Amino acid sequence: MRRKISVENLSHAFDIDGRTVPVLADVSLDVSEGEFLAIVGPSGCGKSTLLNIVSGLFLPLAGRVTIDATPVDKINPRIGYMFARDALLPWRTTLANVALGPELRGESPPAREAKARELLRVTGLEDFARSYPSQLSQGMRQRVSLARTLATDPDILLMDEPFGALDAQTKLVLEEEFLRIWERDRKTVIFVTHDLFEAIAMADRVAVFSARPGRIKSIVGIDLPRPRSVTAGRFGPHFQELYDRLWDDLRYEVVATR
Amino acid sequence: MGRSPIRSRRDAIERVWTNVWRLGLLAVLAGIWEGATRTGLVTPFWISSPTLIARDIWKSFAGGNIYLHIGVTLWEAFVGFVTGAVAGILGGFALARWDRLARVLDPYVTALNSLPRVALAPLFILWFGIGLISKIVLAFSLVVFILLVNTYAGAKNVDQDLVIITRLLGASRRQVTTKVILPASIPWIFAGLRLGLAYALIGAVVGEVIVAQAGLGFLISAAAGVFNTTGVFTALIILMVIAMLLNELMKVAERKLLRWRPQIPGA
Repeated sequence: MRRKISVENLSHAFDIDGRTVPVLADVSLDVSEGEFLAIVGPSGCGKSTLLNIVSGLFLPLAGRVTIDATPVDKINPRIGYMFARDALLPWRTTLANVALGPELRGESPPAREAKARELLRVTGLEDFARSYPSQLSQGMRQRVSLARTLATDPDILLMDEPFGALDAQTKLVLEEEFLRIWERDRKTVIFVTHDLFEAIAMADRVAVFSARPGRIKSIVGIDLPRPRSVTAGRFGPHFQELYDRLWDDLRYEVVATR
Repeated sequence: MGRSPIRSRRDAIERVWTNVWRLGLLAVLAGIWEGATRTGLVTPFWISSPTLIARDIWKSFAGGNIYLHIGVTLWEAFVGFVTGAVAGILGGFALARWDRLARVLDPYVTALNSLPRVALAPLFILWFGIGLISKIVLAFSLVVFILLVNTYAGAKNVDQDLVIITRLLGASRRQVTTKVILPASIPWIFAGLRLGLAYALIGAVVGEVIVAQAGLGFLISAAAGVFNTTGVFTALIILMVIAMLLNELMKVAERKLLRWRPQIPGA
């Protein structure tokens, strides 16, 4: 597989109340084209910072990120980024929110509406095209957010706990749908989560980050067969084995931040 | 979405009762007023009476002169409102866009805004004469700061997540302004416009009360000058009705433009 994203010796720190707090320490990581990489780690370990740097929102203090062998130095339009918060524009309908990306890129109104409608179909939102975000449940809003992220047809998806704010059942449904969409398109994904089940069920590899400052503690390949189901494999012995192994690594780091 | 039939039925009944009580309250107050003058408790010379005022209002509209005065006041308030609102909104966005400008101007804006603008009326009359212009300028001076402050606050309080996600989707700086900051500020601007409308009317009327040749404020001051309390109340009531109508008009516009806002229960 071709190397899509390459993170090389990345370090970063923030100024918090005049103190310099290191958040990432010498992180190196490759993601292949079409790979689904999940990152788990304790709160505040710099997972989101890593995504922000990969997206080009800001530059790291040391090290660099390359995408298709080109260094990232500004926001990359080939990347789709999704947050835990839906961050929908509250004055836009579902349809107009989904069409935002194509609109910003100057696509014609019919073209962007067609694209948005197609994604509403894929994400099961057709009946809510004219609803405003305030009229939708949180699960629905997160679907809109997913459709908006996909509407620019990015090569790379950066997902920062995209289903983290949802109730347990809604979360399962959205995970299942996202997995179905992903298995169809096979975009390159970096998926940050707190949920080990989620990470194992969806990803090709899971990277465990250490407590702050974040460094990569271990990377575990998930050799479960595809196409997968988020719920079906969850109770098999091999899933359990992977879970135990990752949790061993992760627990130590979570305890360290307490 | 939609409300349950039981709920909306209950709401409808409640609305009827609210209106019944409102009318009842009006009748009681007018009755007390009328009674106080009829029984000789207070002479109509001081407080007039509802029947006298009603007759005067009827006569004014039948006579026709009142339309000119209403028109003059509305025109002054309208021109002051529109120019003040446009200047205030543009100024607010400019301050939000250029931080240094905002920092430099901050004490001046605060100082001018703290000054009771009505106190400037004599100066405006001196500069711009006793005609319409001085009232327009007074209304403008009241409206412009309200819109400036509100627009600035709106533009500065935009949810940063929305700005970031829009940038990540490929927005240029100009697109962030037009697609995010501008629409996000609209509720704030509307709050300012509603307040500004009331103040535009205040500016026009206060200016007229001081010195003018026409307008509702002129009517009030002219009537008070000859101890015609009925005339004063007539003008006041017409003014009140106009202000309420304008406010309702603004609410309709606001509902149209802000359909996306969550409905506040009971509102």
